[in-house]
Amino acid sequence: MQLNRDDLKEAYRRMCLIRDFEDKVHDEFAAGNIPGFVHLYAGEEASAVGVCMHLEDRDAIASTHRGHGHCIAKGCDAEGMMSEIYGKKDGLCGGKGGSMHIADLSKGMLGANGIVGGGPPLICGAALTAKTLKTGGVAIAFLGDGASNQGTTLESYNLAKIWNLPAIFVVEDNRYAESTASAWSVAGTQTKRAEGFGMPGTEVDGHDFFAVWEVAREAIERARNGEGPSLIHVKLNRYYGHFEGDAITYKGDGEVDKVKAEQDCLKLFKQRVVETSLLEPDELNEIETSVKSYIDQCAATATNGSSPTEADLMTDVYLSY
Amino acid sequence: MSVKSYRQALNEAIRQEMERDERVIVMGEDIAGGMGAPGEDDAWGGVLGVTKGLMPQFGRERVLDTPISESAFIGCAAGAAATGLRPVAELMFVDFMGVCFDQIFNQAAKFRYMFGGKAVTPLVIRTMYGAGFRAASQHSQCLYPLFTHIPGLKVALPSNAYEAKGLMTQAIRDDDPVVIFEHKAMYDEEMEVPDEAYGIPFGEANVTREGDDVTMVAFGRMVNLANEVADSLKGSGISCTVVDPRTTSPLDEETILETVSETGRLVVIDEAHPRCNMATDVSALVSQEIFSDLKAPVKMVTAPHCPVPFSPALEDVYIPSTAKIEAAVREVVGKGH
Ligand SMILES: Cc1ncc(C[n+]2csc(CCOP(=O)(O)OP(=O)(O)O)c2C)c(N)n1
Ligand SMILES: [Mg+2]
Repeated sequence: MQLNRDDLKEAYRRMCLIRDFEDKVHDEFAAGNIPGFVHLYAGEEASAVGVCMHLEDRDAIASTHRGHGHCIAKGCDAEGMMSEIYGKKDGLCGGKGGSMHIADLSKGMLGANGIVGGGPPLICGAALTAKTLKTGGVAIAFLGDGASNQGTTLESYNLAKIWNLPAIFVVEDNRYAESTASAWSVAGTQTKRAEGFGMPGTEVDGHDFFAVWEVAREAIERARNGEGPSLIHVKLNRYYGHFEGDAITYKGDGEVDKVKAEQDCLKLFKQRVVETSLLEPDELNEIETSVKSYIDQCAATATNGSSPTEADLMTDVYLSY
Repeated sequence: MSVKSYRQALNEAIRQEMERDERVIVMGEDIAGGMGAPGEDDAWGGVLGVTKGLMPQFGRERVLDTPISESAFIGCAAGAAATGLRPVAELMFVDFMGVCFDQIFNQAAKFRYMFGGKAVTPLVIRTMYGAGFRAASQHSQCLYPLFTHIPGLKVALPSNAYEAKGLMTQAIRDDDPVVIFEHKAMYDEEMEVPDEAYGIPFGEANVTREGDDVTMVAFGRMVNLANEVADSLKGSGISCTVVDPRTTSPLDEETILETVSETGRLVVIDEAHPRCNMATDVSALVSQEIFSDLKAPVKMVTAPHCPVPFSPALEDVYIPSTAKIEAAVREVVGKGH
């Protein structure tokens, strides 16, 4: 399997969509237009898109509190997402979930998650469904370095292996869980952990879309062929705070600026496809422009959308007292 | 005395107990923060800054940042408590109890009884609860009734900064597992709080308003709303008693029964869901013990039986409001003889 020109354009479009979406949410949050806890994925785009470019609607993913990127990469409607983040009735979850709980099961997106380590067991379930019903689907848990220390995660590795499930665990190691460095909190290594559970574990540079795409291809192929689970250790960086409002004093001076200058996944992608003449600069610029105006449109829709009303409070429950 | 926020009051209680007793340690996720990172140490002091400054004073040996492994570190705190330390462990949001409840209710809570009275487990678990932060379904719940249900756990809900300091100090000095519920919407609320250390005994309710017509029993942040309603209803000629039980376990049944006997009317206010919560518990107590003293049916004001919604428009109608409390009081007062 190779990436053709359309695939490359689509990959770039999705990565730009995530970046602009997050930048917009950042600005809107700072302006006081977005309530609640918001965790942004900017800087990590190559991971979500590198993995999800291989997926179809029959494949499932579970995400984290930092879920916007995974949602967009898996094909969730950005306008519906934005409205959800604003708490509007037209949001993907009717305004009931918000940033931490965006989901679209029709797209195989089992939800962002407010509970660190909540996703991996669910992904074992989605993988079991795929295996039992022989859908040919795979199930992928995105999880953070912090979540890799949760019991639910390690139990899921074991279950996925002994049941030979088509599950893949993508550990997105952005070097911090809140203010705590993964270099301190993670004993051993992610790939050795995988090895300990008898599954392939591969480390990959998460700033490099092509590297992620290739490692994900192999893991997904194995899962589709009935060869069981894999782990991918994606090393990357987040650009914004843990949540919006975080002063980020725990990072080193210039740490993020250096990554932005030297390892930005969008810049690297662009450089690579232009240098190798896979795409023309004009084509990329066009994508950037159209994504920008689309994101503006998303924010306008969300701003102008109406809020749910008291009548919506007790819908989607099967009992009320 | 000096003006302190709820956050500062909690911090001071922990600090003074750590100064008094070197067996008191603190642990939790980002409880100091910046662990292993190149930038500022003590970068967070807990996610909302409650424990800020403890690490610089007491060092990393007594202020332990943990990985995101609640089962392991909450259980670790229970084990340490049973063997000679007095840990104050932070379960960041009470919603995360799902990850570690076994270590709390099957382990820590059971030791004293199950081991024939031989175990002492001076464990404190600090945890945030409550809606109003736009934090949605998994970061806003009021799960104290679940903890109250378990024999072997003590449960405290400080309703202001004074209560926070006194109940936290008492919890650390207590020899049994205590869970302290801190309402996340109250951390910045300020009042005069004594500078010296003091404990507030568990199981002794605080009567915050005294009146003749109706008794309001309220829990945690709801005490403030009940006080507000009591004050505003004075103008309408309705005089209210407000009871803050302070701890749901032990529960000061005596004060509740006495004050309800006096007024003959009861409104119970609880931010938890309506089934099997503190409101149903207090209602059952009153109807069982002093049914004949009641002049009107008991009224409960609670959150509805649905997860906490994200949208501000929905969350605002989800949380019990002063308007709902006032309507309930007026209804109860208008009934009976
Ligand atoms: C069970 C549980 N514990 C703690 C938290 C609080 N919390 C939210 S995000 C987070 C850090 C997660 O770090 P990581 O898994 O590395 O993901 P990242 O934020 O870096 O994307 C913590 C501690 C939570 N939401 N759930
Ligand atoms: Mg991380």
